[in-house]
Amino acid sequence: MISFSSENQAAIVERYPEVFRPDWWNRGKIALSLGGAVILFLFGIAQLDIPFDRLSDGMARLGGFLRLMLPPDPGSWAEALKYLNALGETVSIAFLGTLGGALLALPVALLAARNVVANRIVHFFTRRSLDTIRGVDILIWALIWVGVVGLGPFAGILAVICSDFGTFGKLFSEAIETADKNPAEGVQSAGGSHFHAVRFGLMPQVFPILLSQVLYYFESNTRSATIIGIVGAGGIGLQLAEQIRVLEWQKVSFLILLILIAVSAIDWISGKLRFAIIGQRAVA
Amino acid sequence: MRTAVPEFPEARLRELADRYAAAVAAKRRRIWLGSAILIAAALAAGWMGDVDLWKFAENFWRFPAYFASIAPTFSFSSAWNDLSEWLWGLPRWTLLLGDTLLIAYMGTLSGAICGFVLCFLASANLVRSRAIVFVTRRVLEFCRTVPEIVFALVFVLAFGLGPLPGVLAIAIHTTGALGKQFAEVVENIDNKPIEGVAASGGSWIQIVRFGAVPQVLSNFVSYALLRFEINVRGAAVMGFVGAGGIGQDLIEAVRKFYYSDVSAILLLIVVTVMLIDFVTERVRHRLLGLEGAGT
Repeated sequence: MISFSSENQAAIVERYPEVFRPDWWNRGKIALSLGGAVILFLFGIAQLDIPFDRLSDGMARLGGFLRLMLPPDPGSWAEALKYLNALGETVSIAFLGTLGGALLALPVALLAARNVVANRIVHFFTRRSLDTIRGVDILIWALIWVGVVGLGPFAGILAVICSDFGTFGKLFSEAIETADKNPAEGVQSAGGSHFHAVRFGLMPQVFPILLSQVLYYFESNTRSATIIGIVGAGGIGLQLAEQIRVLEWQKVSFLILLILIAVSAIDWISGKLRFAIIGQRAVA
Repeated sequence: MRTAVPEFPEARLRELADRYAAAVAAKRRRIWLGSAILIAAALAAGWMGDVDLWKFAENFWRFPAYFASIAPTFSFSSAWNDLSEWLWGLPRWTLLLGDTLLIAYMGTLSGAICGFVLCFLASANLVRSRAIVFVTRRVLEFCRTVPEIVFALVFVLAFGLGPLPGVLAIAIHTTGALGKQFAEVVENIDNKPIEGVAASGGSWIQIVRFGAVPQVLSNFVSYALLRFEINVRGAAVMGFVGAGGIGQDLIEAVRKFYYSDVSAILLLIVVTVMLIDFVTERVRHRLLGLEGAGT
């Protein structure tokens, strides 16, 4: 080990040339990918016809909106109660949607897990159909369910169930596949059937993980449930979209404040519950 | 062969058995209590959310019927004609899908850059001032919690219809989401390089540039790709509120009951989303694999 000083710099450069020689190959790769990203961005600006002249105008108008938003004000007590009711609807949508999606996804996830059902074809088809369901955005599901059961929060619940079904199916089956297989083998070697192996060897291992994933999605679904009202599927999003369209900015900011408070409250509660159930373990 | 089987004395055995029974009973009680609370909450939520199982049972046939009605008509004799009729708008839709992808890309890139800048300010291991960390975190939380489509609604009013509000909305949401994830990565890094740069007299910018960034970059890119995947899905519905992309045509087709168009556009969206998922997953695994090999 030689220490660095200006006198022996040349010696050090000679001993460790690879540290001091610029790595042109790597730099070239980085420059190329950065250049590509920038060119794609510029192409996007041209292709999407981004109107930069409208940018300053829009910013000014946005500032105006912000000024009009303060202070947040629901208008009257009756309005405030209506919004709280809508918030309750949103939380209900998130809760029942998450619960329903999880309950429906559990059997399908068992089908999609390679260590439970060893059939390649079943595995492939369940996985691909789950992917398809997940590929459709929750707003589109809401749109479809509004057509089936009519406007209102019930359509929202069904939409959350559909979209969560796809997500949970994938997450659950991955959790099940990574489970330790020794307990299941133990059950089978003690004479248990395949069903027993799944019930007593597998489920106790993965159940806390699944539960914590469900709780985690409850938080994130509260966020998504706030928007499906935009297509008429109930909840606070309906009120929010309406108030934005009629430019009632004080009510808009009140509603946004309500959403922020509700989401952080649910964050907090489900975080507590998660740690109570699984301890300080990371979500797999 | 004789083996000695140890036997507990009767009293000790009873005590152990009792304790086991008590433990099982306590667990059962907890599970029953938990399920009771869950069922009560579900009933309350069902009442709140206007769940009407009767209406559901009565109308459920419409769900498969909807898919049946949007399904394109195919007959063997004219399969090719049917296909071209079903996908009559393909050139236009491909263009719109391209717009959607560009909206997602531009939003993700600008959001990732903002998130990259802000994440270092939100990391408690790099910033001494609690106030800066707290404020940055709250700003990121705000950007993340307000749904992007709400931002899009507001921006459409400010900037007019078109892709610009969509890009901005996705950029803001991405800033919040990535800023938080990036900050978590930064807080988990090895502190020695940071201390090394600080000890040799580096400024804060140099500490971040040479101490932190090289450790986190591959993780950052992986998270940004994941976010791009999510944003493609988000951009597909931006058109619902007039913020550009394919969503506009989709919601029009749904509202005007152009059934075969709905299925064609949905199919295109799903296929695109799956392709993007597939490609980004490959790239992400390679990135994380490289990092794993490097360390």
